[in-house]
Amino acid sequence: MSIALGCSLEPAIPFAFVHELIRQRRRELELIGPISDIAFDMLIGAGCVRRVTAAWIGNVSAGLAHCYRRAMEHGVPNRIEVRDHTNFTLAQALLAGALGAPYLPTRTIIGSDIARANPTFVPSTSPFDGTPLLLVPAITPDLTVLAVQRADGDGNAHLWGPWGVAQEAALAAGAVVILADQVVARDVIASDPNRTIVPGTKVVAVVEAPGACHPSPLQGRYARDHEFFHEYHRATRTAEGFAGWLADWVDGTPDHAAYLARLGERWPALRLTGTPAAEARF
Amino acid sequence: MAPVDVSPGEVMVAQAAREIQDGERVFVGMRLPLIAFVVAKRTHAPNAVGLFELGIVRDQPARELLYTMGDPPNVAGAVWCARTIDLMGLLQRGDVDAGFIGGAEIDRHGNLNTTVIGEDRTHPSVQLPGSGGGADIASLAHRLIVIMAHDRRRLRERVDFITSPGYGDGPGWRDRVGFPRGGPAVLITTLGVFRFVGGEAVLRSYHTHSSVADIREQTGWELRVADDVHQTEPPSADVLAIVREYDPEGFWTRRGE
Repeated sequence: MSIALGCSLEPAIPFAFVHELIRQRRRELELIGPISDIAFDMLIGAGCVRRVTAAWIGNVSAGLAHCYRRAMEHGVPNRIEVRDHTNFTLAQALLAGALGAPYLPTRTIIGSDIARANPTFVPSTSPFDGTPLLLVPAITPDLTVLAVQRADGDGNAHLWGPWGVAQEAALAAGAVVILADQVVARDVIASDPNRTIVPGTKVVAVVEAPGACHPSPLQGRYARDHEFFHEYHRATRTAEGFAGWLADWVDGTPDHAAYLARLGERWPALRLTGTPAAEARF
Repeated sequence: MAPVDVSPGEVMVAQAAREIQDGERVFVGMRLPLIAFVVAKRTHAPNAVGLFELGIVRDQPARELLYTMGDPPNVAGAVWCARTIDLMGLLQRGDVDAGFIGGAEIDRHGNLNTTVIGEDRTHPSVQLPGSGGGADIASLAHRLIVIMAHDRRRLRERVDFITSPGYGDGPGWRDRVGFPRGGPAVLITTLGVFRFVGGEAVLRSYHTHSSVADIREQTGWELRVADDVHQTEPPSADVLAIVREYDPEGFWTRRGE
């Protein structure tokens, strides 16, 4: 099964969903996402992954991704296949998927080894002016998982802050799951339809999941827990260290509420009140 | 008189800030360039505009130190919050003057590797994180500003994998492969500053804590040195004050890169 997540890049990563994939021992996943700040790393370390299609896999404020390194360098816990992208080519691949187009042409990375390392890319030239192009084939995830501030029960979802590739990933997907910080009445969504990232017609499930993005931030709701990323970086240097981290934070917590409770005082300290936007009258 | 106790990171930030011209649209990136943007905005480039690939455009720096470009303070007060494809579209159209990137390895032609150490992509000796948006900036910005740590293992005759293309094998290569523009203008390292002349890095200045001899020792290709090589202008007291107000703990400026 292919799953796109972490589609806003560094913020709004649905870690609650990632943890649950690990608890359920899902296997053979094909992950799709641009940056995914440690989310892909923990899924790889937990043995859930067969292939990653990504632009960058690491720990943004701390450095390299230890589980990804172990998988690629030593086949621990298993070998994975990598399809290298850039943020631009991944956005284009998902946009092509969202448009129902077979591919989109690009001028980026035509001289990069990425264009050769990823066998899905096709070098070409423009039929209009003869200039060199790279054809980026569409990516259509089986499932895209988005974390948002609020959604109604039908899945009409408001996301504010950076959208990254989230909208294209949702529209390209066969199905969308929404993790809403808050489930609200339809009227709240309909009062501001420009803020809707995806219509409910694409959505198969809405989960009210407060704090679903910790340790990544959610605009206006909670800040990034920088130290948590740095602790993860230190704790997961060895496979044994990663196993211990997983036992503490994922398998040791039956669900996301228990995970947040385990954070103790550190979780309420991350809460943001934000500032209100100016009113827009419809 | 230069202030004492200046870290290499602070020297690099000050130099990186000088590379931003007033009014330019700049892909800022993370780490030291983020602070360089703050310095440039508050000194000589008040009208520079910062672009962030996850979909943010700012005409004022964020009020707090950013650990990632997606931190909430980088959205608060932004003038546009959109999609990656929108920002990358600006880049591909040629609407972005300059962009910053870093790398694990670079060669004399400014080709950067952030993907893999080792000859075989599928069996790396060290797996690096990958491109992110770096290769896009290197491909499509009018001018590339490279910032990285300096040692022989990083400044190599050849890199194992060209993630972010510079000048390929030399002059004319970018035209041949079909890039519409661009290429590295400057390489700022922990030891000195190189300018690219004819598609090749030439040492222009050495930082106060370094020398041409140190740099030759720590560079993996036969060093070319400019006739007018000189000491890098150290950060002024005003610039240092801005840097230290923004990053008081030295999270980015004192981590030894």
